[in-house]
Amino acid sequence: MKKMVNIMLVGVGGQGVLLASELICRVALKSGYDVKKSEVHGMAQRGGSVVSNVRIGEKIYSPLIARGETDILLAFEQMEALRWINYLKKDGVAIVNEQKIMPLFVAIGRGEYPKRTFEFIAKKTDKIVRLDALELARKAGHHKAANVVMVGALSNYLDVDEETWKKTVEEIVPPKTLKINLKAFELGRKTV
Amino acid sequence: MEKVLLSGNEAIARGAYEYGVTVAAAYPGTPSTEILENIAKYKDDIYCEWSTNEKVAMEVAIGAAFGGARVLVAMKHVGLNVAADPFMTLSYTGVNGGLVIVVADDPSMHSSQNEQDSRQYARFGKVPILEPSDSQEAKDFMGKALEISEKFDTPVLLRSTMRISHSKTVVELGARGEFPQPEKFERKPDKFVMIPAHARKRHVDVEERIKKLKEFAEKTELNKIEFNDSKIGIITAGISYQYVKEVLPQASIFKLGLSYPLPENRIKGFAKKVETLYVVEELDPFLEEQIRAMGIEVIGKDRLPLLYELDQGILREKLLGQTYPEPVDMENIQLPARPPALCPGCPHRGVFYILKKLGLVVTGDIGCYTLGVVAPLSAMDTTVCMGASVGMAFGLELALKDKIKGKVVGVIGDSTFIHSGITGLIDIVYNKGVSTIIILDNRTTGMTGHQDNPGTGRTLMGEETHQLDLAKLCKSIGIKHENVRVINPYDLQETMQAIQEEVIKLEPSVIITNQPCVLIEKGKAWDKYQVDEEKCRNCGMCFKVGCPAIYRDGDKAKINEIFCVGCSVCEQVCKFDAIKKAGDES
Ligand SMILES: Cc1ncc(C[n+]2csc(CCOP(=O)(O)OP(=O)(O)O)c2C)c(N)n1
Repeated sequence: MKKMVNIMLVGVGGQGVLLASELICRVALKSGYDVKKSEVHGMAQRGGSVVSNVRIGEKIYSPLIARGETDILLAFEQMEALRWINYLKKDGVAIVNEQKIMPLFVAIGRGEYPKRTFEFIAKKTDKIVRLDALELARKAGHHKAANVVMVGALSNYLDVDEETWKKTVEEIVPPKTLKINLKAFELGRKTV
Repeated sequence: MEKVLLSGNEAIARGAYEYGVTVAAAYPGTPSTEILENIAKYKDDIYCEWSTNEKVAMEVAIGAAFGGARVLVAMKHVGLNVAADPFMTLSYTGVNGGLVIVVADDPSMHSSQNEQDSRQYARFGKVPILEPSDSQEAKDFMGKALEISEKFDTPVLLRSTMRISHSKTVVELGARGEFPQPEKFERKPDKFVMIPAHARKRHVDVEERIKKLKEFAEKTELNKIEFNDSKIGIITAGISYQYVKEVLPQASIFKLGLSYPLPENRIKGFAKKVETLYVVEELDPFLEEQIRAMGIEVIGKDRLPLLYELDQGILREKLLGQTYPEPVDMENIQLPARPPALCPGCPHRGVFYILKKLGLVVTGDIGCYTLGVVAPLSAMDTTVCMGASVGMAFGLELALKDKIKGKVVGVIGDSTFIHSGITGLIDIVYNKGVSTIIILDNRTTGMTGHQDNPGTGRTLMGEETHQLDLAKLCKSIGIKHENVRVINPYDLQETMQAIQEEVIKLEPSVIITNQPCVLIEKGKAWDKYQVDEEKCRNCGMCFKVGCPAIYRDGDKAKINEIFCVGCSVCEQVCKFDAIKKAGDES
């Protein structure tokens, strides 16, 4: 791995963003790297935007990623990808779940969901990975595994062997859901 | 020893365990809540409790420390305001067993009503304060703080910030140490009984203690100089240290682990050795002003922001003049915000819908229900601090008398009422007020993540306990029995009628809702609702309840079947009978 990788996970409360970031951090720690992560709790549970900063490298100081420093933007929702796009480095990697979740105001017709999301993202980078994580999760067995699909897609960009990923998935998900989550990881990994 | 990733809060809890704490008390509050939740994992070794409020938590802690135990008490920044009274005099009494007060600040107000800089309490109370800069230090400093507390006979503040508490960094675990246990309470009235004659003497001791702590600050390894290039010198503490290391790796850094009282001689020596001296700190110029008072010129808040949190980007911009990369041109498209909202099925929703409908002035309080201020409910007019809704409803009525009579209600959650609403209610009864207070009793402390409280009948350590009966309590303090109403907030008719009847009474009233938080009652097996497209006229009434499960699809309303929990509030507001239980034909 290069000196440092900055990963920003963004999404909506309830999408399992925080579990995904926990998974990535544990994998990195096991692989011998220094890791820091920072996220906002509290209001996050009530359907608001959720952001998690993950930094992996030889020695990490700040737990935060500043604007323009993100190597990989892992967006669990389209509009959230756009909201945080300026945190991505020029030509960084944007892995974007195509799912759209309407904020309350948009849902009741008092605001518009942006239409040209991918066009705007393309102004920052042409390294865009689009996937339908929800559909892939359903294929794996349950829509809730979409977060692990996302981690699977991300896994291609980190210098960590597949075994470590899978072992860590096993540690972190409820035993009953292991098969589904491992399948979800594989499907995600194959999208890149 | 094993290396693990811990949040600052987990690390503080672990520190309490490793360094022999036997009593821990707190009232929840972001970003401090997880400290006690994690201490509960060590409940075989540490007694821990959710106290009714921070003042009580502090008093429990003081008693335990006087009794000789090693003690932790934790709270969010504004909690220390509540606990400030015992805190300020605790400084005079000192301790016996070590007492550490963990206070977690929230720069940028991610989940708070203000962003006060609690370091000011250290100077105000003449008490030392430690500021860890990552989780390893959070754990280690817990031990150091206990040591300092016992050695100097003082309470010690351990200050975290949201980015310490809620960041995970690598920590090396240790075992629980052996520490002497107290045998009996030793009476020391001149130290423990703060009558004026004793307090006058103790104040002398406090000033002596601060002098000794200054000497200690000159020697302790908590304060570290990393000497590098002499062009730039930086004095910093806490999380700001990490941002400095990232942006100016070549600079000489004086990292203060003990940020009050300051090591004046070492700071003067450091200042002499560097060409330009910066102070980098979040929020108030706490270090800066003290360093200037030493006669040292520094660059600080003249260049760095006084508001909100820092990060390495801000330091690069303000100290190095670097700019951010060009933002994407979004062609003036504004992204819709995604504010948090009351959950689908939240029992608070119906009450706010009715309050809005009745056009009442609502003095509000702090909890999930503060989201009642968000459109389309928009039914809250004031929020200041926990418990304030009760006294403020009375105050509004005093200011406007007949002009507002029958048009005001106070709204408060169960945990908040128990925290600091009860005394306000007694005030109303005692002073012959006529206010109406609605207690939104969802049987949990929702906002901070579902902690137990005296109304839930369970303790932090997982034991069954006496369950406080709010209705009986209100009656016993003098609210007339017929003016205490318990209602089902999912029944809009009942809710509206109760509110209308109570607000016009010339006596104080309390309305208590009786439905638990939907997130804790997972077993609730209500039928979900759906929209009958034939009957839907797209009138928009159901959108007014502000439920995240309801959306517009073309010219019809729809209900998201995954989100809907079947609370029926939308069904009750639909004038065209278009909302039906899923599966119902007609
Ligand atoms: C002095 C103080 N302590 C703690 C908090 C954090 N806090 C905000 S709301 C809340 C509890 C809310 O619980 P409750 O009143 O039962 O309402 P709910 O969220 O369940 O609707 C707490 C602990 C605070 N804002 N101020």
